[in-house]
Amino acid sequence: MPVLIPRSVDELVDIFQEHPAAKLLAGGTDYMVEVNLHGRKPETMISLRQVKELSEWSVRSTQRSITIGAGLPYADMEHGEIARLVPALAQAARTVGSPQIRAAGTLGGNLGTCSPAGDSLPVLAALNATIHVIGPDGNRDVEFSDFMIGVKKNSLRPAEFVHSVSMPIVDGWQGYAKVGTRNAMVISTASACLVRDSDEGIVSIALGSVGPTVIRCHGAETWLMKTMSLRAESTLDPVVAQEFGQRVAQESRPIDDHRSTAEYRRHAVGVLAQRLLLRSFS
Amino acid sequence: MSINIPVSGQSNEIYSLSVNGQVHQVKDAWIGESLLYVLRERLGLPGSKGACEQGECGSCTVIVDSKAVCSCLVMAADAVNTEILTVEGLGPNGALTDVQSAFLSEGGVQCGFCTPGFIVAVHHLLESNPSPTDDEIREALSGNICRCTGYGRILEAVRTVADQRRTNS
Amino acid sequence: MSTTSASTALRHGTLGTSASRPDGVAKVQGGFAFSSDMWADNMLWGATLRSPHPYARIVAIDVSGAYAIDGVVTVVTAVDVPGKLTYGLIVQDQPVFAAIGDTVRYSGEPIAAVAADHPETCQRALAAIKVTYEVLTPVTDPEDCIAGVAEQIHPDGNIFRHQRIVSGDTSVVGAVQVEGEYEIGMQDQAFLGLESALAIPDSNGAGLEMYVATQWLHEDRKQIADCLNIPEENIRLVLGGVGGAFGAREDISLQVHTALLAMKAGRPVRISYGREESFYGHVHRHPAKIWMKHHADLNGKIVKIESRMVFDGGAYCSTSPAVLINGITHTQGPYKCDNAIVDGWAVRTNNPPCGAMRGFGVVQACFAHESQMEKLAAVVGVSPVEIRLLNAMETGDRMITGQIMDSVAPVAQCIRETDAIPMPAPLENNADLRTIPGGTGLTAQPSNIRRGVGWGVSIKNLMYSEGFDDFSTARCRISNGVVTIKFATSEVGQGFTMLAQQIARTVLGVDEVILDTIDTQVGSAGSTSASRQTWMSGGAVQVACQAALAQLFDHVATKFEMTRSELEIDGTDIVDRLTQRRVTVSEAISEIEIDCTEEYHHPPTEDLDENGQGNCHVAYAFVAHRAVVDVDPELGLIKVVQIATAQDVGRVLNPLAAMGQIEGGIAQGLGLAVMEEIIVKDGKVRNPSFTDYLLPTFLDSPTVEMVFIEEHEPKSPLGAKGIGEPPCISVTPAIANAIRQAVGRELPRVPIRPYDICL
Repeated sequence: MPVLIPRSVDELVDIFQEHPAAKLLAGGTDYMVEVNLHGRKPETMISLRQVKELSEWSVRSTQRSITIGAGLPYADMEHGEIARLVPALAQAARTVGSPQIRAAGTLGGNLGTCSPAGDSLPVLAALNATIHVIGPDGNRDVEFSDFMIGVKKNSLRPAEFVHSVSMPIVDGWQGYAKVGTRNAMVISTASACLVRDSDEGIVSIALGSVGPTVIRCHGAETWLMKTMSLRAESTLDPVVAQEFGQRVAQESRPIDDHRSTAEYRRHAVGVLAQRLLLRSFS
Repeated sequence: MSINIPVSGQSNEIYSLSVNGQVHQVKDAWIGESLLYVLRERLGLPGSKGACEQGECGSCTVIVDSKAVCSCLVMAADAVNTEILTVEGLGPNGALTDVQSAFLSEGGVQCGFCTPGFIVAVHHLLESNPSPTDDEIREALSGNICRCTGYGRILEAVRTVADQRRTNS
Repeated sequence: MSTTSASTALRHGTLGTSASRPDGVAKVQGGFAFSSDMWADNMLWGATLRSPHPYARIVAIDVSGAYAIDGVVTVVTAVDVPGKLTYGLIVQDQPVFAAIGDTVRYSGEPIAAVAADHPETCQRALAAIKVTYEVLTPVTDPEDCIAGVAEQIHPDGNIFRHQRIVSGDTSVVGAVQVEGEYEIGMQDQAFLGLESALAIPDSNGAGLEMYVATQWLHEDRKQIADCLNIPEENIRLVLGGVGGAFGAREDISLQVHTALLAMKAGRPVRISYGREESFYGHVHRHPAKIWMKHHADLNGKIVKIESRMVFDGGAYCSTSPAVLINGITHTQGPYKCDNAIVDGWAVRTNNPPCGAMRGFGVVQACFAHESQMEKLAAVVGVSPVEIRLLNAMETGDRMITGQIMDSVAPVAQCIRETDAIPMPAPLENNADLRTIPGGTGLTAQPSNIRRGVGWGVSIKNLMYSEGFDDFSTARCRISNGVVTIKFATSEVGQGFTMLAQQIARTVLGVDEVILDTIDTQVGSAGSTSASRQTWMSGGAVQVACQAALAQLFDHVATKFEMTRSELEIDGTDIVDRLTQRRVTVSEAISEIEIDCTEEYHHPPTEDLDENGQGNCHVAYAFVAHRAVVDVDPELGLIKVVQIATAQDVGRVLNPLAAMGQIEGGIAQGLGLAVMEEIIVKDGKVRNPSFTDYLLPTFLDSPTVEMVFIEEHEPKSPLGAKGIGEPPCISVTPAIANAIRQAVGRELPRVPIRPYDICL
């Protein structure tokens, strides 16, 4: 029962193909909790620590997109150029766990676990991120909405892994908000990411922790875009913002659990949506 | 390259970890052992503490390749080829670091269970941010739980070290 | 000898100075041995099998599967208990292990324990033990028990204690009446230093040595001896380093299990709990429902209080009867009250067992009475400060138990000094987002925030009550010029070992004081609880040192031809007051052997009669809290901005340590106010982890501004009162009152949830 340590993406592809039942280990911030607390018995592990390419990121300015490696820790997304280009991602990254968790946790991990409470996922959904997947049959690109298919279920096939994630660089405003019961180290009770592309006049809003998957509120988005212009020179009527919030809330499908109630979660995402929209115009 | 570690302890496989500048051999280990477990139970370094085993308290904070992480969430066998620094390695030869002295002089230690994790996290904070504001201190240490002090004296200890380092530089 | 007089400034390390902790260096270097840092050669690991069901009959237990696993050495169940099958602090009703034919009464109740070569082997062994349960419907509503309609879930019945207080003229009715039904959720002590014990059997099999983190070594030893059928003198308990306690280590958790495994295996055994097991393995704070009605005149002066309190004690008795008494006897709060009628119940259910937690019943009563005071102020039309000053208790007042308040009682002063502390600056439009509700979650901006201010004032009894003689013991030895102090007092982080050295330095005039091992080889020190150790164990150390000093003076008078009756300590010298001749203490102790063991007892207390009348408490301490809280009314998120407090401490013995206790207690009270609760549904715990049992982080903690009210308590041996509990008691209703002011809601339950505020 080995711990396998590839040193390149190519090695990783080969090793994973040979051991398709193996578990990929990056930051360990989800997996080791399973081992420590929930009786998970590790068998074959593939360590990603030495595959440096997975921690790289790059910008394609001509295509106005940024690609972030699946192994880049959240701590590296909070500041600097990534924060300037994708501020909502930086904001979400800053709320992940604790500084110690952020030093180890990765987008690849968030996507691998695919929890509806995954902090980065509403950002990826709102930005229509593309997940770059590599597997024994080669590379394929998966839209976020096709990647997350259920509670803790993604559409990766055997021996496939997430290599990187690409997001557009948007002109306009984007923001993230996350509700938790204390002011640090919280699993989100409800979260939202809103992107206003003031060039194209498009808005997108995605919600976390209020459904089995991250929810894109297409209904509310369509309604807003029909009701008003989202281009740069437009202004926002607070009444419209309020109704936008209510429509977003209606599209949520939250449940009651020990952390919170469905009623509160529905209410909260409505408030977040309203506030994010107001901020996008201020 | 691979390390063969069986599910339950009968193995002749050995892997090495570099901790506080020293190389240690780990053998007869179970693959699921966290770095925290190996440090404490196999390498004779019980300074790092476990209070939750899920990264929610920071008592197990160590430095791995210059990053402050929760050692309970690091699979020990995955930490080969890294440089690990624990509380025991901060002030060599029994001498106290300025951070350790300040925790004592400012009353930042009560039961002491969270203390090693805090000491490591504070060293890490001040290395990257020598003059943190109070809010920066709070956020940087928001992953370290203390149940005894209410954080007031710990905040004062960090301020004290930052001031001292500024004066001495 | 010299004739120069010593400095009048406080000598570093004596009483009144911020002396250094003797364990401090080890703690900051990671070298301090907590009980979970202890190993022995040939040691085995132990682990416990627990019932998932809150109420079930055990039909069969089959441990053969565990024995079939490589590395498992032994398994124990109820049939392996050689002595008493049950234990407990007041009533011994809690089984060491649930037995075949009997029932388990809470989710988490122990059924068996294993010892094996690796913690992982232990987990596999536990998984291989087959227990057949007949699952029963748990009793979870205390009201059903009080009404007598619930199934009796234990032969002793479902009522731990029922006690009334009837005081004065109960027919009095106030022109003004306010009432409320208040609810306090189940808080957990959540100390960081997880439970751990290491038991090493004697080679002759007649006894054992155990290293354990606990609050009361002697009480643990007694229960282990009873269950193992071993004489107490064959059991030596040594205090392993304690990572916090807050009441959760007063009851037995893993002590008997560890001892049993070690004796049966004939090898050292260590059991160390993980966090989830810790939540199941110790008692919690009693959840309570309290109805209270205050009658007052038109000015707001209280004329009568009525209350009914129900404490849910869970499956086993623990200290529920005492918690109840504390709760009901503190109904009136720190206020004058001539007439009262209180009905109190402590009840057994299949919910998790509850017992001691910092505040011990008074937290619950205080939440009710301080919520009431705020209502009363509003109805009468005066400020929260005015209503409390109007009613403030004083020394000499008669309490609703008939006891006369004979402690120093500076209630009005606590309130005024708190009120004089400057308010924090108002929230700015450009405030750092980490300082507003929601923090880095970016849920709000300053314009979304409303600020509220709230008050809480409390009284808390010190030491044990109702006739219990919770004495303490200390031993002072002087030998080869070295002073050594020995005691069994549990140091849990509060700083008693530091205080003991301060006392010895002050009394004996030395700088160096050695502390002997904390173990059962000296008399009992009582429990580290009830804010009692400074008074009781500090008193014992002082008495032991004074006894040693007396013998030293005898020796000095003879040897140095000085007048015995004129000798006193001056700094580090012994001086004859008349002649001013002096000799250094270090010279005086260099050639003498002294060994004094002394007990310290507090004045006796009484039981309460059937009307709750009796001098049942020893002494009291008081504190006022003012909370400033920012609230996001739409999302219900909060940030406590500032806690201002003036606490009646008697005398500050160590300023830094006192600050630490007050700030730490405030954080725990804050936790109960807004985030901490063990969520129980149908007897099952829903959140036994730190992801969902939330403790305040650095970003949740407020600025604390404090004033020490130092009016020496003449009854206290050091002039100081216990300070550990008061800080966590009235801060909870102060925060609740602040939130109530910000959003205009009653919020009768703590912890206050976001949906309570905004939906």
